[in-house]
Amino acid sequence: MTAISPAADRAATRETSIAIAEARARARLRRRHALVIGLRFAILIVFLGLWELGADYNIIDPFFFASPSGIWEQIWSWITEGTSQGPLWLQIYVTLEETFLGFVIGALGGIAAGIILGRNRLLADVFSIYIKIANSVPRVVLGSVFIIALGLGMASKVALAVVMVFFVVFANAFQGVREADRAMIANAQILGASPFQITRTVIIPSAMSWILASLHVSFGFALVGAVVGEFLGAKQGMGLLISTAQGAFNANGVFAAMIILAVMALVVEFIITRFENYVVKWRPAPFNEQGA
Amino acid sequence: MQLQTMAAQKLSPAAPPADAAIAIDDVTLRFVTPDGHMMTAIRDFTMTVARGEFACVVGPTGCGKSTTLNLVTGLLRPTTGNVRVMGNPVTDISRDIGFVFQADALFPWRSVIDNVAAGPLYRGTPKAEAYDKARDWIARVGLARFEKHYPHQLSGGMRKRVALAQTFINQPKILLMDEPFSALDMQTRTAMQDELLGLWSEQKSSVVFVTHDLEEAVALADKVYVLTAGPGTVKSVYRIDLPRPRVMADIRYDPKFVEIAKVIWNDLREEVQLGQSRGLQTGH
Ligand SMILES: Nc1ncnc2c1ncn2[C@@H]1O[C@H](COP(=O)(O)OP(=O)(O)O)[C@@H](O)[C@H]1O
Ligand SMILES: [Mg+2]
Repeated sequence: MTAISPAADRAATRETSIAIAEARARARLRRRHALVIGLRFAILIVFLGLWELGADYNIIDPFFFASPSGIWEQIWSWITEGTSQGPLWLQIYVTLEETFLGFVIGALGGIAAGIILGRNRLLADVFSIYIKIANSVPRVVLGSVFIIALGLGMASKVALAVVMVFFVVFANAFQGVREADRAMIANAQILGASPFQITRTVIIPSAMSWILASLHVSFGFALVGAVVGEFLGAKQGMGLLISTAQGAFNANGVFAAMIILAVMALVVEFIITRFENYVVKWRPAPFNEQGA
Repeated sequence: MQLQTMAAQKLSPAAPPADAAIAIDDVTLRFVTPDGHMMTAIRDFTMTVARGEFACVVGPTGCGKSTTLNLVTGLLRPTTGNVRVMGNPVTDISRDIGFVFQADALFPWRSVIDNVAAGPLYRGTPKAEAYDKARDWIARVGLARFEKHYPHQLSGGMRKRVALAQTFINQPKILLMDEPFSALDMQTRTAMQDELLGLWSEQKSSVVFVTHDLEEAVALADKVYVLTAGPGTVKSVYRIDLPRPRVMADIRYDPKFVEIAKVIWNDLREEVQLGQSRGLQTGH
């Protein structure tokens, strides 16, 4: 004779009902995710469709505002036949190289300056006024100065990108250093850390999330710096492509270049996010993992 | 003497002897506030901790308890008077000192083992040796399974254990603790107090333990310092002659413990009330 204890029975029922509820909740989340993605695509298709139709019926003048099919043809012909300045990939490469150099130099400089001033009250008090002044100058204007001083080559674009990036990263690194927890610093000091060890093992890691946040924005700034630099005067690059298209009243060309730049920015943004997740894996997971 | 029959023996303050582990001699410390005024945090403060002694400091909030500890670490310097640690004037942060903070002072980007190994690594111990030591200390505080965890993955009590291991691994001759267990729930706190007394009796360090909880002070200490409301000075000192080893879960029901706590509370109460009424006036 086997007796089934009512308690065990109840426990089993409870477990199955929990499993069912969980499966339902998961299915609901999946459906919602699919809905969000679907709606995003729908909006894109409707937008492009209306634009194309508007251009076909001349409600939107394609001469000024281009059209999706025209933009696509332009991109395709750049890919297959190259641009008037040479192959497309070379233009992308040149712009990326300038952006990347400017980004790295500007970010490293900004981080170093932020840490040095953040750690030294006197320097911070002395230099803060100059940094405010420099920060309030519209930096794009410096592009003209750099072209006069450094010529049409790569250096002037890199310099503009550096200036664009430096202040953003500096401000964040400085703030991050200042926000470093005092108890944590005292703890390291008492555990035996030298000032340099404190900077390396406490200050920099705790400023890291501030610095990484600024890297996100500042890559975009570096790209703007490089493109504007090319726009003002260059022999190669996406910025020159835009200014050539503008000169020829080729709206499709301007939009096509813009889209290529946007894709470049998104790809790099993705890489930075990956890097960030790798560097700060000690952080608790945010509550809204999905949906981004 | 009548007081001697009780376990709480009131001591008369005296100039500290030369061989004390910690000697704070007639110290006054003033802060310059951001608007340029002078503010006295502690005044005419004298305190001695003998080698191997467990001293507790109680007093109302803002009376200068943390300031006192920072004088011993060397993070703050006295305006007048002098502070000696193991017989030497405090000039720099001493290697003999360990400090457990009230707030979480663990490094959140380091795993448990990296946190515990920090002290030896800072002090130049070879890596392999530092990590062996760290593993040993983590096991001693009962966290062997959590070496690779990050602080945010641990409970408050577990984080405190990591903090204890992080401090004890340097084998400090002097252990300073600033309300270390005040954020913990009752059960966890009792467990941590036992843990602390166990580690202390092995290490024979001299301890200054700051708390606003009088019962905690009486339960742990050889000697209790009662401070006046700010600017803090020593109001009275009591020797606690409860036998050791003490079991934290039981000691609070010991009639002798209750009696001592009552005597000291009578002393402390007016300072707490004074501190509170001042706090209300100045908006603290
Ligand atoms: N760095 C500081 N600058 C100015 N005043 C301070 C500073 N640190 C502490 N104080 C003041 O000194 C007094 C004692 O502080 P503290 O030692 O932290 O008190 P407790 O730890 O007993 O609560 C308080 O009134 C506090 O406001
Ligand atoms: Mg305090």
